[in-house]
Amino acid sequence: MDVDAEISRTQEERRKLEEALAAGAPMAVSSVTFDTDLYGGGGADPNRFAGYDTSIPASEDDAAEDDTEAANPAPRRLAAYTGHAIAAADLPRSADDDALPKRSQRIIDREDDYRRRRLNQIISPERHDPFAAGEATPDPSVRTYADVMRDAALAKKKEDLMREIAKKKKEEEEKEKEKKAAAPEQPAATTKRRNRWDQSQDSDAAAGAKKAKTSSDWDAPDATPGIGRWDATPGRVGDATPSVRRNRWDETPTPGRMADADATPAAGGVTPGATPSGAWDATPKLPGGVTPTPGKKQRSRWDETPASMGSATPGGLGAATPAGYTPGPTPFGAENLATPTPSQIARGPMTPEQYQLMRWERDIEERNRPLTDEELDAMFPQEGYKILEPPASYQPIRTPARKLLATPTPLGTPLYAIPEENRGQQFDVPKELGGGLPLMKPEDYQYFGTLLNEEEEEQLSPEEQKERKIMKLLLKVKNGTPPQRKTALRQLTDKAREFGAGPLFNKILPLLMQPTLEDQERHLLVKVIDRVLYKLDELVRPFVHKILVVIEPLLIDEDYYARVEGREIISNLSKAAGLATMIAAMRPDIDNIDEYVRNTTARAFSVVASALGIPALLPFLKAVCQSKKSWQARHTGIKIVQQIAILMGCAVLPHLKSLVEIIEHGLSDENQKVRTITALSLAALAEAAAPYGIESFDTVLKPLWKGIRSHRGKVLAAFLKAIGFIIPLMDALYASYYTKEVMQVLIREFQSPDEEMKKIVLKVVKQCVSTEGVEADYIRNDILPDFFKHFWVRRMALDRRNYKQLVETTVEMANKVGVADIVGRVVEDLKDESEPYRRMVMETIEKVVANLGASDIDARLEELLIDGILYAFQEQTSDDANVMLNGFGAVVNALGQRVKPYLPQICGTIKWRLNNKSAKVRQQAADLISRIAIVMKQCQEEQLMGHLGVVLYEYLGEEYPEVLGSILGALKAIVNVIGMTKMTPPIKDLLPRLTPILKNRHEKVQENCIDLVGRIADRGAEFVPAREWMRICFELLEMLKAHKKGIRRATVNTFGYIAKAIGPQDVLATLLNNLKVQERQNRVCTTVAIAIVAETCSPFTVLPALMNEYRVPELNVQNGVLKSLSFLFEYIGEMGKDYIYAVTPLLEDALMDRDLVHRQTAASAVKHMALGVAGLGCEDALVHLLNYVWPNIFETSPHVINAVMEAIEGMRVALGAAVILNYCLQGLFHPARKVREVYWKIYNSLYIGAQDALVAAYPALEDDGDNIFSRPELAMFV
Amino acid sequence: MQASDRFNINSQLEHLQAKYVGTGHADLTRFEWAVNIQRDSYASYIGHYPMLAYFAIAENESIGREHYNFMQKMLLPCGLPPERDED
Repeated sequence: MDVDAEISRTQEERRKLEEALAAGAPMAVSSVTFDTDLYGGGGADPNRFAGYDTSIPASEDDAAEDDTEAANPAPRRLAAYTGHAIAAADLPRSADDDALPKRSQRIIDREDDYRRRRLNQIISPERHDPFAAGEATPDPSVRTYADVMRDAALAKKKEDLMREIAKKKKEEEEKEKEKKAAAPEQPAATTKRRNRWDQSQDSDAAAGAKKAKTSSDWDAPDATPGIGRWDATPGRVGDATPSVRRNRWDETPTPGRMADADATPAAGGVTPGATPSGAWDATPKLPGGVTPTPGKKQRSRWDETPASMGSATPGGLGAATPAGYTPGPTPFGAENLATPTPSQIARGPMTPEQYQLMRWERDIEERNRPLTDEELDAMFPQEGYKILEPPASYQPIRTPARKLLATPTPLGTPLYAIPEENRGQQFDVPKELGGGLPLMKPEDYQYFGTLLNEEEEEQLSPEEQKERKIMKLLLKVKNGTPPQRKTALRQLTDKAREFGAGPLFNKILPLLMQPTLEDQERHLLVKVIDRVLYKLDELVRPFVHKILVVIEPLLIDEDYYARVEGREIISNLSKAAGLATMIAAMRPDIDNIDEYVRNTTARAFSVVASALGIPALLPFLKAVCQSKKSWQARHTGIKIVQQIAILMGCAVLPHLKSLVEIIEHGLSDENQKVRTITALSLAALAEAAAPYGIESFDTVLKPLWKGIRSHRGKVLAAFLKAIGFIIPLMDALYASYYTKEVMQVLIREFQSPDEEMKKIVLKVVKQCVSTEGVEADYIRNDILPDFFKHFWVRRMALDRRNYKQLVETTVEMANKVGVADIVGRVVEDLKDESEPYRRMVMETIEKVVANLGASDIDARLEELLIDGILYAFQEQTSDDANVMLNGFGAVVNALGQRVKPYLPQICGTIKWRLNNKSAKVRQQAADLISRIAIVMKQCQEEQLMGHLGVVLYEYLGEEYPEVLGSILGALKAIVNVIGMTKMTPPIKDLLPRLTPILKNRHEKVQENCIDLVGRIADRGAEFVPAREWMRICFELLEMLKAHKKGIRRATVNTFGYIAKAIGPQDVLATLLNNLKVQERQNRVCTTVAIAIVAETCSPFTVLPALMNEYRVPELNVQNGVLKSLSFLFEYIGEMGKDYIYAVTPLLEDALMDRDLVHRQTAASAVKHMALGVAGLGCEDALVHLLNYVWPNIFETSPHVINAVMEAIEGMRVALGAAVILNYCLQGLFHPARKVREVYWKIYNSLYIGAQDALVAAYPALEDDGDNIFSRPELAMFV
Repeated sequence: MQASDRFNINSQLEHLQAKYVGTGHADLTRFEWAVNIQRDSYASYIGHYPMLAYFAIAENESIGREHYNFMQKMLLPCGLPPERDED
């Protein structure tokens, strides 16, 4: 066979090659056979491999060179330079990103490093409560305030010492270096030898320096990166935090990433992905195994292909480093063992990180398992292949680590380990828990593992039993179903004091520190704390700090609701524990060495201030802000003031003066950070107080003033911000003066390259410009030129926040100087080549024109503007935020009739774009039509509109629902403006085309379509034959199922219009038939539609058929009729007086029905009826109905009783309070408590509704001994 | 009360009712109710000026005096509360 021949030939060739290799023959690149298809054939060109590496570097040096090049790819890619990578991440993503799987729910996955520092905090042991202890000396084992303070001082000292040592070392090193530099007689050889070391050191140092440089002083370690130091809301701060925004690729869990993200920072050093063990094909080494490769500093290039490596041996790396399995805080001794056996993995509760890793690994193993012979047979064709013997030299990999990986589950026994008998052992199948407990997540074993031990509960001590009980309840709250959660939460609340604060918090708080916590779980646990706090009250005192440690991080969470929740808890906590305890708990943290702790503490303090009142905290704040001991304390104190201002807003006004006094000395503090935060606090206070309270700032004006002249950099920025917020509080005269003064500095800082400074300058300019007293001329001449020169540059459009701020500031300027100036300056930029920049220009123009109109714009500018807008509109590649569309619409609407000359051109563009291949472009074109339709009408371009109408009509076959929706919307806009008669295509052609579209289930299509159909039914029903309307009626019934309320509302209204057009009979028959359907929403909408039909066609056309339908012995139908009546009487109001006698017998029957819903619905019909006919002389019928309603007052079902009570309230309005009071009196002092309760409830609502009217109707009570109950005044007669 | 209707509209209604002083409950005594009635009555007389004028004419007092009298009567409109028998 030729296959055999071919195989033997290949084998022969290979053998030769191998021999040659073995003989040491040099392998020239040219001798190797390249694929000529790929590399181009023909050996004539000797340079054809010029661009390729001919050998793989043996040493590290060569690779290093490449590394540096790879590390700085910018020069190579410069040709395609588009903008910052960071900025690109900030730009709105296109919609296709949404198709990616949803983000993880876990809190930790969206946190940045700074926020993750919460996990470093230690839940401190409980503290002494001096209030509870009274005079007694505290037990030495309990931590008192003094202990805590001592510890804090110690930590501080240690930190100082370490810093001192580090400084000394550095100095010494420098000295050493100097010495070496002074000794030039180094032999050349050694220098060369050492060169590499030097280089690497240098590059390290350079990298360090670079780092130091790039992380400008704005994110120096002591600053709060990320969280709004400069802003009120701690949102994401793009550039202050190093790489907060994660690439979407990060969302796929790779093992390295896993460990990276999950491991507590302590374990961070040993991320599995970073194992430097080198070559990609090497067997993963077991730690502590044979020859570990001596720590190579420079990783070779091969290590840097994470993708291929990740997929080739992914789990391996993770599995092979047990350190990855045992993150710092919870080591259980595995790391000392040389070879981790798989049994070890399953032993004891796994930490959540381990579990995640394992889960993932198992998944990958499953997919990458070796193919079996059968599978291979199935894959390959029978012909042309031959199964060969494996060569004798083939050695399957038998290294233990590989084997370990090969096992699909870690529970297999690749290595022998004596299996231990362990009853509590957890297999990865979650164990069923008895007693109706919810399933445990693997992550929970650590906390709830003991619940699995099936020991006899009786054998436990009462303490242990209590603990178990708490754990069970908490597990139910955390993982249970909603009803389970509810009861568990209630039990926890009710028994809180019985359980005691200690056991409760000892169980709850560690759960909140769990690294894999999800948002929902955290919310629930926080809720538990809140409820429990309320019950425990002063018993929480010893645990205040503990609770704060876990709750404070919520205050800087990026989720708004988490922040609110955190505030609520701390506020409740401070109310329960009292000011003294709160201060005692938090005082030591105020000058903590960790900035994170200080930051959160400051925020927590501001919450305490808002809970207990600012005055209570003032003395303490004063003392802290003047602390001589440490600048940290002063810094935190002033920061508390800032946070109070941010949190409480204008509520600081009464205390403004004292707050300013407390912090003002900080402006001249010796520490720069304190000066900065003081200025920022003043800014926050001024912002909160605006527009009042300038007199409180009098004392700080001068220091601020001096400050902006003497400071530079970020202190200056802070000072400018303070001034910027104070100026708007001033009188016009002063404001103008100060603005002019500060503007010199601002204009100088326009050119600052610092991003933060830019933002602040923009903000301050905005503040100053908007202030009364700053003249337009001044702005025009002194500010605008420099402003536009420095800020209106392309780069500003790339950063989201700069962009927003710049647009806001420019709009504010336009408000002062008018449209023409601003638009005139930017209009040319509409044709700029950078799209983000064009978008920014467009947004500015849109806002300016929408605010101020276009009357200032002269003919020339108008031409330029339209031209620019058309250009920008046509050139856009993506417009997710609809900036271009809105801008176009705004400008056209503002110009009004002046657009007339340009309309043909605009319509040409629209028509051309309607025909575009891209769905988005088509959609946008249709949207634009609906925006400018009104203006087209103003310009009397009806012919053009008719033309557009025909074009749109032709596009009704559109297949993209979003686009179809927009097209329908555009048609609607045109029909609305030019009216039914002039519409082209004529309505009689248009509507039949719409009927099938009504079947479309897409929400946008439905909404626009029903709007259009409703419009036609309302205005132009006569153009369409009745048969077509009936067809539409049937389609409309389906639309009642829509989820969106707007659609359902439009549908029922359309029923009304159709009924008006073709008479109610047929429509009503359709609707009454629909009452028989099962679906509730459908029936409800039908009843509404019936009521609307009745309202539009007068009730007498509908009532007979409707009441006749009540005779159908079917629950749903009868209830539907009653509900229709209820809606009907609600809609017709006073008109009901003509129909009340007609429907009374029906309602009598319904109010006596056995079915609850009958009575409920009838009661609500009675309510509407009574309210409608109040004062129209129908009292007789109403009293009759009241007699039927009244016996229902003892109903317990919430809906029924509610309806009945409302009916009685309605009767009160129609019949007067006295009548109802007389019904009430019989039961107010009834011997049966149940009866009394109901009657008093009725009495109370009566009393609230008509307190005064009852005075005349109260019964005359007989005097009782000393007590005189009679009201003689009422008997007076003149 | 059942657990289910702790948070529904009815409980809100009762909460609302409890905010008004003059509302009652199942354990209200005859005396307490009478006091409420008396105070409401006096408040009503004072609030409606024509009523006040009418009473002033009937009693031959000035309107201001009548006003003052009614206010005073609102303090203990029915005399001291009866002794509660301990049960």
